Amino acid sequence: MPVYEEIILKNMKLPGYKGEISDYKRQGGYRALSKVLKELTPDQVIEIVKQSGLRGRGGAGFPTGLKWSFIPKDPQVPKYLCCNADESEPGTFKDRQLIERDPHQMIEGLIISSYAIGAHVAYIYTRGEFFHGAVVLEKALAEARDCGCIGKNILGSGYDLEVFVHRGAGAYICGEETALLESIEGKRGMPRFKPPFPATHGLYGKPTVVNNVETLANVPHIILRGAEWYASIGTPKSAGTRIFSVSGHVKRPGNYEVPMGISLRELIYEHAGGILGDRRLKAVIPGGASAAFFTPDHLDVKLDFEEVAKAGSMLGSGGVTVMDETICMVWAAMNLLQFFHHESCGKCTPCREGSFWLHRVLKRIEEGQGQMEDLDLMVNLSNNIGGKTICAFGDAEIAPVLSTLKYFRGEYEDHIRQRRCTLRQLPALAGSPTSA
Amino acid sequence: MLSEKAQAEITEIVKRYPVRRSAILPALWIAQREFGYLSEEAMRAVANLLELNPTQVYEVVTFYTMYSLKPSGRYVLQVCRTLSCAICGAMEIISHLEKRLGIKEGETTPDRLFTLRYVECIAACGNAPAMQINQDYYENLTVQKVDQILNELATVGKSSLASGPFMCP
Ligand SMILES: Cc1cc2nc3c(=O)[nH]c(=O)nc-3n(C[C@H](O)[C@H](O)[C@H](O)COP(=O)(O)O)c2cc1C
Ligand code: SF4
Ligand code: FES
Repeated sequence: MPVYEEIILKNMKLPGYKGEISDYKRQGGYRALSKVLKELTPDQVIEIVKQSGLRGRGGAGFPTGLKWSFIPKDPQVPKYLCCNADESEPGTFKDRQLIERDPHQMIEGLIISSYAIGAHVAYIYTRGEFFHGAVVLEKALAEARDCGCIGKNILGSGYDLEVFVHRGAGAYICGEETALLESIEGKRGMPRFKPPFPATHGLYGKPTVVNNVETLANVPHIILRGAEWYASIGTPKSAGTRIFSVSGHVKRPGNYEVPMGISLRELIYEHAGGILGDRRLKAVIPGGASAAFFTPDHLDVKLDFEEVAKAGSMLGSGGVTVMDETICMVWAAMNLLQFFHHESCGKCTPCREGSFWLHRVLKRIEEGQGQMEDLDLMVNLSNNIGGKTICAFGDAEIAPVLSTLKYFRGEYEDHIRQRRCTLRQLPALAGSPTSA
Repeated sequence: MLSEKAQAEITEIVKRYPVRRSAILPALWIAQREFGYLSEEAMRAVANLLELNPTQVYEVVTFYTMYSLKPSGRYVLQVCRTLSCAICGAMEIISHLEKRLGIKEGETTPDRLFTLRYVECIAACGNAPAMQINQDYYENLTVQKVDQILNELATVGKSSLASGPFMCP
């Protein structure tokens, strides 16, 4: 199995590493912050991160340095940095590990990033379920404050920053950046229409950057080892490593940090150990539930932003869900549409009503009550959702439907002709579809 | 009424934000911790402290799934039913729980010990199937483990099987 140097999962795997500030400092922690405050201007930090090629790990893959450069420079205007620790995309479980095992790494990244954009207040938005994660972060923030890395006049530089944890309360949509801002403002987590973008009108209407946990965790390493070093890892347009969270029917599920651009085959068969029970692979979702399904024909796709998109899906959150030959694709799509229906915030009609109907039609087909017209109906519904909603959730919810229809149409037709699922080994889905 | 301690905590948290309303989620967490759920009285108390209209609090409470408008059992079992868990045995866990506890989704056992809920992905997919009970995660579940967890919770009030700091694999 190819072995690669880990960057952000490295510390936590050292024997005895508990993620306390002393552990982190022993591994060179907070040296990047000290270097930044002593030697670099905010603009220089932005330039280094731009040169490194770092792109957002939250889903969209937007170039991080470029995003920071959109923040107005006027020192009179308050600015905010929000760390997106909402991690709710089904199949993704990397941020939870980064938070619970090495909190100072992401906190150092957050302080440097706040300095770069001129923010004096930063919030870490964790999902409500991360009770323990929030406790770990609070403790780490207190340690950082005691060491002079947070608060007034950080490390004697004259730069001030306060950092607070803001814990959500159960809503997938609060991972969408403008919904996250609404949630911090104390409202229902419903996405805002864009433009204007958070860079100019964000939290409390002020310039704001939202960055994912993994994105921020990379920043101290880029500062210490240089933009060129980082850019040399991965592929030209997708620099660096990426943590893939592999789950489902593999022998060794888990978080794997590998250079961008390795093949899906290598990830599944080498790092994750291959398919459970050596059964046949049937389908893979490469980038969280919002990404289109792949089939075994896609195993040689290179895992970087461009190649995965070119192959018709997206790298998204890096959540890779593997399904073997025993899984019914109609059922899998129905499971995910139950998720999307449950989580739609309800602000726009195509998404709110569309997720309800897509789930209902899938359920009816899965239960053997479908008709051939239903297949066109689902395409029609999807075409009236995609691109017609306030946030990208609309495009996400149609991905499982359209991709399973494209690659596994025969399976849908079988359900309809035989009036039952010929594959299903799993009992019916828990919960009623209307329990949202 | 919220206790003095809770009020003091909320007052402290308000200072983190330029706008009082921002403290609403943390304040509701504190209120829910005090009362076990968010009664009308609790929501009014939060509204008063944050100088909000009670409906502004209510609309937030009803948006987020982890706030509860009615009393729950002492242990709230939140079983993940999303894809990775579902294909790795969550449905067996769910049918076992329903059988053993004699309740369905959303219900509470007559002794008020357990409430059963089904939730969407909780970021534990690599250790599927998984559930959260109150604040703790329980992962790589089997029917045997579930029995042990419930027995321990019912007898000693905590389970040795709760997850520690997360690392997978
Ligand atoms: C429906 C939806 C859910 C999202 N959930 C998350 C999430 O849980 N975590 C996250 O970091 N980004 C999530 N995003 C992406 C954010 O909107 C945003 O792009 C990201 O946090 C930016 O950070 P980055 O540039 O560092 O990736 C989501 C986006 C959408 C449309
Ligand atoms: S697309 Fe869906 S989740 Fe996004 S704003 Fe519209 S209703 Fe809400
Ligand atoms: S699917 Fe169950 S924890 Fe992610």
